[in-house]
Amino acid sequence: MSHSDAKNIMVYVETVSDTPLNGGLEILTKAHKLAAARGEEVIAVLIGSNLEHAANTAIMAGADKVILVTKDNYEMEVYEAILTRLAEKYKPSLILSAGTLVGKDILPLVAGNLTTGCAVDVMEITDKDGNFVFTCPVYGGTVLNDLVIKGTPAVAAVRSGAFEKELVVERTGEIIKEQVGVENTVRAKIVEVVNEMAETVNLEEAQVIVSGGRGMGNKENFRLVEELALACHGVVGATRPAIEAEWVPRSHQVGQSGKIVAPKLYIACGISGATQHVSGMIGSGYIVAVNKDEDAPIFDIADVGIVGDVVKVVPLLIEEIKKIQSL
Amino acid sequence: MKILVCIKQVPDSNKVEVDPVTGVLKRDGAASKMNPYDLYAIETALRIKEKTGGMVDVISMGPPQAMQVIKEAFSMGADHGTLLSDRRFGGADVLATSYTLAQGIKSMGEYDLILCGKQTTDGDTAQVGPEIAEWLNLPSVSNVVSIRMFEEDGITVDMDLPDEVEVAKVKFPCLLAVDKDIFQPRLPSYVKKTETKDRKIQILTLDDMTDQDELNYGLNGSPTQVQKIFPPETNDKKEIWNGSGDMLAKKLFDKVEELKFV
Repeated sequence: MSHSDAKNIMVYVETVSDTPLNGGLEILTKAHKLAAARGEEVIAVLIGSNLEHAANTAIMAGADKVILVTKDNYEMEVYEAILTRLAEKYKPSLILSAGTLVGKDILPLVAGNLTTGCAVDVMEITDKDGNFVFTCPVYGGTVLNDLVIKGTPAVAAVRSGAFEKELVVERTGEIIKEQVGVENTVRAKIVEVVNEMAETVNLEEAQVIVSGGRGMGNKENFRLVEELALACHGVVGATRPAIEAEWVPRSHQVGQSGKIVAPKLYIACGISGATQHVSGMIGSGYIVAVNKDEDAPIFDIADVGIVGDVVKVVPLLIEEIKKIQSL
Repeated sequence: MKILVCIKQVPDSNKVEVDPVTGVLKRDGAASKMNPYDLYAIETALRIKEKTGGMVDVISMGPPQAMQVIKEAFSMGADHGTLLSDRRFGGADVLATSYTLAQGIKSMGEYDLILCGKQTTDGDTAQVGPEIAEWLNLPSVSNVVSIRMFEEDGITVDMDLPDEVEVAKVKFPCLLAVDKDIFQPRLPSYVKKTETKDRKIQILTLDDMTDQDELNYGLNGSPTQVQKIFPPETNDKKEIWNGSGDMLAKKLFDKVEELKFV
């Protein structure tokens, strides 16, 4: 693809049960600002069924055009082929998606198909001298990289919570239905979809997360984390040691090998702050840490650090919240 | 069954710092190890071999010292090892790395199954495996958490998705990127280590590749370029409170309320 005719930003917006995920909407708002500054457009791509309502939400978030492609189950090869075809047709200069499992699955392949580069875990995008510059963590977030992509289009998977979503009801946009015939490209066939998790844990979209780590001590004490989360209308998170001790199911894991989160408020209870955990939550708006070891690395990144016994502090906090809420 | 596992040598620790003056990455010593996620891929390969027979080969790319991780794979039970090593491969991003590995794999012959770990602990991109599959025109499945069924002509695996698990059936030859905990990796065996002490590791350079165009390798073949590397911002507005008791809980609640979180 030549540089000269490539313009506009294409955003793949992932949907679950016909609803667009916040990650995609946040990117649309950011893409809208980047595109508007260049006098270009944002093209959202939604794949699934019954997406008319989702398309309108995408327009409110910043899409000028929404392309709807009807497909049932997620199949990596189908989604990848659809995005590649649409990129070839619409010739964007930038393709973005949220860095969910699905986004990280298909974007590298799209980039490979188009012989271009793909940045992942992007925390910031700036437009500098006509190039998009992507800020990404490496070495588990210990250092950051600024990357540019020479190929066209640039492809990037964005970390959840990197950008703020703004929904503007008055915005208008065009909805386009595209037929993309790619069925015969499928070689990895989905034979079954199993909903094995008893509950859906939506850490990526949570505004408040209360997480517990090894310092909670035992399964019984970990219930305090759950109670506090309930009291602040938050979601329960956990570190890998807490998951491995089976205090809480794996779907709650925050960190490098779990979910990457960016709530407004993150309360870390009995978490020492290993890089693997911190890299998954450092994007949080306000971080409160409770730990009895004053040298714990979690205090380096916390906005408020409480050096104290988590098993004593948390019940008092729960009580306080309940007291005020009952007024 | 011919199985190939892609492995990488990574720094032993994530404790890296940026020199504030030169902007160059200071690595904490030169200690390195096998990318932990690759151990799961090797284990998966060995388990399949134990059931079906055949052989397990490993491939890596990097400087000569990366032979270390191939030797480690030998002491776990891998049969042959190949290292792609050439100064012209240096500075490669995801695209150039996956291209080089794909070229290397092509020159090594046909494999029924290629296995990769889900990601490395240094670059963290989780892209190289799927892109190798694209270059080799093979079907691939990522986030594989378990193997359901193993048949003559294909394999059925569980693929982890955010809220569900998809069961995917894929025919050989194919590539799988396996998640951690698919199987518990075995420890290297001392006996195997001694046995394989003198086993030769095949070294391939650009001259052994079908595509001899230098521009497709290393820094030249990399559309992604690092402009700058820098440490994340530290939080200097932090507050530390000591003790535990009613007052502290109240103070925290006030703070959280002041910021309108609850």
